[in-house]
Amino acid sequence: MSYNAARPNLLAAPAVLWLVAFMIVPCALILLFAFFERGVFGGIDYNLNLDNFRRVADPLYAGIFLRSARIALTAAGLAILIAYPAAYAITRALPTRQPILLFFAVLPFWSNYLIRTYAWIVLLNREGLVNNLLRGLGYHGEPLSMLYTEGAVITGLVYNYLPFVILAIYSTLSKLNPELIEASRDLGAGPVRTFLRVTLPLSLSGVAAGGVFVFILSIGNFVTPALLGGGRFQMVGNLVYDQFLSANDWPFGAALGMVLITLMIVLLMLQAHMTARASGETRGASADA
Amino acid sequence: MTGSMTKKPLLTIKNVTKKFGPIAAVDGIDLDIYENEFFALLGPSGCGKTTLLRMIAGFEFPTSGAILLSGQDIAPLPPEKRPLNLMFQSYALFPHMTVRQNLAYGLEVERLDKAEIRRRVDETLASTDLSELAERKPEQLSGGQKQRVALARALVKKPKLLLLDEPLGALDKKLRERMQLELKRLQHEAGITFVIVTHDQEEALVMADRMAILKSGRLLQVGSPEEVYEAPSDPFVANFIGIMNFLKGRMETDGAFTAEGHSLLPGAPAKAGLALLAVRPEHVTLSADGEGLAGVISDIAYHGLDRVVHVRTAASDGPVQVRVKADEGRGLDIGSPVRLAFNAAKCRVFAAEGGLAAQS
Ligand SMILES: Nc1ncnc2c1ncn2[C@@H]1O[C@H](COP(=O)(O)OP(=O)(O)O)[C@@H](O)[C@H]1O
Ligand SMILES: [Mg+2]
Repeated sequence: MSYNAARPNLLAAPAVLWLVAFMIVPCALILLFAFFERGVFGGIDYNLNLDNFRRVADPLYAGIFLRSARIALTAAGLAILIAYPAAYAITRALPTRQPILLFFAVLPFWSNYLIRTYAWIVLLNREGLVNNLLRGLGYHGEPLSMLYTEGAVITGLVYNYLPFVILAIYSTLSKLNPELIEASRDLGAGPVRTFLRVTLPLSLSGVAAGGVFVFILSIGNFVTPALLGGGRFQMVGNLVYDQFLSANDWPFGAALGMVLITLMIVLLMLQAHMTARASGETRGASADA
Repeated sequence: MTGSMTKKPLLTIKNVTKKFGPIAAVDGIDLDIYENEFFALLGPSGCGKTTLLRMIAGFEFPTSGAILLSGQDIAPLPPEKRPLNLMFQSYALFPHMTVRQNLAYGLEVERLDKAEIRRRVDETLASTDLSELAERKPEQLSGGQKQRVALARALVKKPKLLLLDEPLGALDKKLRERMQLELKRLQHEAGITFVIVTHDQEEALVMADRMAILKSGRLLQVGSPEEVYEAPSDPFVANFIGIMNFLKGRMETDGAFTAEGHSLLPGAPAKAGLALLAVRPEHVTLSADGEGLAGVISDIAYHGLDRVVHVRTAASDGPVQVRVKADEGRGLDIGSPVRLAFNAAKCRVFAAEGGLAAQS
């Protein structure tokens, strides 16, 4: 046999070269800075040490990490809670309608990220639409200050990443053999038990993919916390941004970045492992359908 | 078999029709199925077999008509409340559960205690020869093993009625023949009524106590395999079950059938006019000369125990197939003229109108 799946395929070479030249090399260079020191007048002192990583563990910065993780986790959880029923509803629609429903679910994503986020400022500020609506409904107290809160940041993150989560969950749900649901009912399980014991476990890989996606993009995000969060060090993303662009402390920024990237890689690997396991199971289940 | 006719039916299908848009997938079917019966629904692909099973299991609703289980209309019951189980054509094993968990699933719903569940699962695993595979996931099973797990998962529930949708369709011939007998044994041991769907007439003949033949959503004939084989109700059934020869001719008012100058008195005459005589290969005899319908040998197929001689005649569209013992047919040559004689008592005659079209 001349075809060997284990042999590296030359067709992938351009993509690999692209990744190495424009992704891995620049990232590696930046990350190397993490092991050096900031010069007295900015710039870098090439003096190998681990001080920057010790600084990341400082309660001040570790606190920002934890807070970012909490915000990202909340955003991921909320996005899943909103996306799951939506994706489920789309898979239950007529097959001919599903593409158009998916199109609408993803529509917000095609507009500019900044504009979408600014739109939330218009909605949430003290003179904004929500407060006006409340007044119209007969609310006469102080206008609510919803902008520049953690809630506003989470809302923005959920809103921005929701389409991905819907797509991820839809893609696993739509691959689910409907006869599995029927088999569960046939064996005596009602709709709720069927959902909890068959549908949900078999769609967890989509839930995990969507959740990891939101978490990773949220924990490193800096635009949404900058626009909707107000304060300077809302999240790690802002901190990194600040190190590179205002504090001029590239080595510390690089150390923060390295911690973030490590976290991402670990999460992505966990998720890939989960997807691989799930696809093995579904392949086994549909092989002789 | 025939004794069951006196019992009250377990399942009654009353004038059931199911339409998908304008097409009727199931068209006015009336059928009684008795306790402890092994009943086969036989018909070509697309004739509505799966649709009928899905209505019984509760996954489709009849457009009209009623389905009664032990005399009770089951229309208001959702699938999980019906005391019957369906074995899916795709097996539909839960891929995230082991074989044992797949079997236990249906019992956990019944809120049996753990020890009881374990006991019944072990018992069923043993009787279906699956004990060794209990901790495997479906992805680690062969097609035949999956088939047995699907069967075991339904049997462990001890339903009154088990519906099986082409349970052997995905298996190879050897395994299929073994499983046909295995299914009969399990049905007998468990004392469950089986309704099995198949498009394989041989399978239906081997397994069923009684069978129904469906075509385009309609029921053509119900009866024991012998009844259907020996006395098919129309040319479609005759052609679908086993091998059947058809001769075109005329039926006279005196009950004689004449084709190409050859005349005989068939066992089951039809009304006078153009007619179609149906006769099985084992009820035709060959002679080199003498009386009978004239023909020419066009082919001889050796089957070990016997030979099937194909004889071209003016009265039939295709060659007439004649079954002879292997050693008797040794002297026959392709191209030689022969005479065909028919065992008149085993011949059936159908009126030609409509009948001819059904012969494919
Ligand atoms: N859900 C459905 N929607 C529309 N047509 C259907 C549906 N299910 C079955 N049919 C049609 O009904 C007919 C009978 O199908 P089916 O019961 O699956 O046949 P069988 O199992 O005998 O092969 C076929 O013509 C099929 O195309
Ligand atoms: Mg079918």
